[in-house]
Amino acid sequence: MPAMIRPAATLLLFMTLLTGIAYPITMCGLGAMLFTGQAQGSPLYWGGRTMGSRLIGQNFSDPRYFWGRPSATTPQPYNALASGGSNLGPLNAALTTAVTERIAALRAADPGNTAAVPVDLVTASGSGLDPEISLAAANYQADRIARLRGLDPGRVRALIRAKSRGKFLGVLGEPRVNVLELNLVLDLLKS
Amino acid sequence: MNAGAWLLNAAFLGLILACVKPLGLYIANVMEGRPIWPLRLGADLERRVLRLCGVTATQEMGWAEYALGLLLFNALGAALVYALQRLQAWLPLNPARLPGVAPDLAFNTAISFTTNTNWQAYSGESAMSYLTQMAGLGVQNFLSAASGLVVAVALIRGFARHSVATLGNLWVDLLRGVLYILLPLAAVFALVLVSQGVVQSLAAYRDVTTLEVQHYSQPRLAPDGTPVLDTSGQALTEAVTTRTQTLPMGPVASQEAIKQLGTNGGGFFNANSAHPFENPTPLSNFLEILAMALIPAALTYTFGRMVGDTRQGWAVLAAMLVLFGGAVLIATHYEQAGNPQLAALGVDQRATAQQSGGNMEGKETRFGISASALFITVTTGTSTGATDADLDSFTPLGSLVALFNMQLGEVVFGGVGTGLYSMLIFAIIGVFIAGLMIGRTPEYLGKKIEAFEMKMSAIAILVMPTVVLVGTAIAVTLSAGRSAVGNPGPHGFVEILYAFTSAGNNNGSALGGLSANSVFYNLALGATMWLGRFWPIVAVLAIAGALARKKRIPASSGTMVTHGPTFVVLLLGTVLLVGALTFVPALALGPVVEHIMLWGTAHG
Repeated sequence: MPAMIRPAATLLLFMTLLTGIAYPITMCGLGAMLFTGQAQGSPLYWGGRTMGSRLIGQNFSDPRYFWGRPSATTPQPYNALASGGSNLGPLNAALTTAVTERIAALRAADPGNTAAVPVDLVTASGSGLDPEISLAAANYQADRIARLRGLDPGRVRALIRAKSRGKFLGVLGEPRVNVLELNLVLDLLKS
Repeated sequence: MNAGAWLLNAAFLGLILACVKPLGLYIANVMEGRPIWPLRLGADLERRVLRLCGVTATQEMGWAEYALGLLLFNALGAALVYALQRLQAWLPLNPARLPGVAPDLAFNTAISFTTNTNWQAYSGESAMSYLTQMAGLGVQNFLSAASGLVVAVALIRGFARHSVATLGNLWVDLLRGVLYILLPLAAVFALVLVSQGVVQSLAAYRDVTTLEVQHYSQPRLAPDGTPVLDTSGQALTEAVTTRTQTLPMGPVASQEAIKQLGTNGGGFFNANSAHPFENPTPLSNFLEILAMALIPAALTYTFGRMVGDTRQGWAVLAAMLVLFGGAVLIATHYEQAGNPQLAALGVDQRATAQQSGGNMEGKETRFGISASALFITVTTGTSTGATDADLDSFTPLGSLVALFNMQLGEVVFGGVGTGLYSMLIFAIIGVFIAGLMIGRTPEYLGKKIEAFEMKMSAIAILVMPTVVLVGTAIAVTLSAGRSAVGNPGPHGFVEILYAFTSAGNNNGSALGGLSANSVFYNLALGATMWLGRFWPIVAVLAIAGALARKKRIPASSGTMVTHGPTFVVLLLGTVLLVGALTFVPALALGPVVEHIMLWGTAHG
């Protein structure tokens, strides 16, 4: 046993320096060199300012904007320092209550819309920071946004189409659109 | 399962199968020390490190010495992780100025990362400094995977060698596993992840402006950080209006890469692989799934190669694939079927060209149902425990798949090393049962299976169910155990059962509703993780040592073939029988009852 302390401790120290210091720092260097924006959190530059990250969602409650996924982070939604989901089980009454309230809020903002609500628009995401919604959820909101902004609904739908992302190589991912990108462009559209 | 899900799962299987032979062969060459070019390139460094360690590379160890060295190495590793957490406030690379971690949580986390569990009772972004993440948790991501790998290699050597007392040199094996296998794969994978948007930066957390003004209330804190209470003891809140969002940074990609490749699973952030900074795109998600299964699947070929008959490895892999297929079908089906309670509210859960539909609570839009179900199947079949969705919000049968995958002992690919050695233990038990049925002395790969091997196999197989079920039973009888539950009804029981199952199998995934950061859970789960890891490891190494001493019996007409379909069925039967007999009662009380309640109320 005492004879083993030297190899065990030395190897642990060597591995700590190699995999714990040299490896991550080398990756930081290479990352900054090869993929500068991505390594720094994919910031979204807009009009000379950093308007968040294209990967981290923001909270939208103004009916003139597209709303994103409900976020279960605390104390405020889309708190990037406290990522996580709701942890509500499928039978939990708190889940049905929350979904009922979210449907009511959507209906109140858009009384004429009687379509079934796309599921991702009323369920909390796993990270609480989901930057995207499904195309169904975006199109569900198109008429409301067009009406409140005095835009032609066709233009709003065309914007969703233009910003939409499909499956990578036809296999990976789901039909979706980035909420922050949509909303930034919305503010540029003139009625 | 819809066409998209079939295509996704087929792509996953196709790519994994394509990697099994080349990577498996490479691992065999590395662990046998053949003079392939990476080993020639690293020979000088290897020599220097071993000289510093005072180790002679050619001096081999018996099983007891090998096991003792491994235990000591892991105990020292745990002590280092513990110290880093406790002292992080005074150490560099802590731009968020996070305080030291509490003793019980630091104990739990240190064991969690040394045992390859990576159970997390903390939120990374608000608890661990960059230095702790890199030099503590990140290092153990490599070393715990390497530890699993060398145990599997030692067991393979037990079969491959005959009439010798030694299994190899632990220090050489560990060093080679990291230098030539884990580190190069992780470096390449980390860069691919950065290209997709995984953060890799030592900069401080970054403030950005939000488009809309945010209004919310938060607890008012005294200058010392404790909440201010009013006269009736209620926490006071204050209104906040802001346009600032603080984005966490950190050396995420480097850690994410080895977290997946080493079947570790401990996320840099609380949301783990659901967090867009850990897993930003459908492609990164797919690669993270592949990375979990990559080395464990390839090790089946390494096994076949080293025992001199690759068909033996393919047979083991075939059994794994059957279990995988069943699991992913069930998980995908029930997650896609959605939540009947939400359907009743007028929510559209259909899968269409515009949305993935299904049970989206706790899932990310970019992954949808099929990629989340595949991720969860692979993360619990291997010993990874990373999650790209909130498991607590899965449907009852979706979470049953995750639970049962772990309860089978994580043999659907399994952890790095652990998957293979667990499956080989089941194979030993399988041939023993078959031997009893036909009245012959059981043998496997030319080695007679005798009383000592069977005793050790029984220990290796039974420790896990014991710690899981006894731990669960203790937790549900104590108020400290029950009060942590986050959901009412049978789901609360599932949360506790899941926690002990995950800890006992060194998985690390969790139903996050359980408030596991309490002294009771930190200590109970810490002990569960340690026993669930090292007790079977010692038993497996004992078997390896005993097998290496035996003579090889030449195959005869009476030898049972262990590479054909009959053997695959025998192996599957053994795995399923042991798992089902042990865990069906607990599963019936948890996810099965919950499933009946969920769908019963929908129809009734």
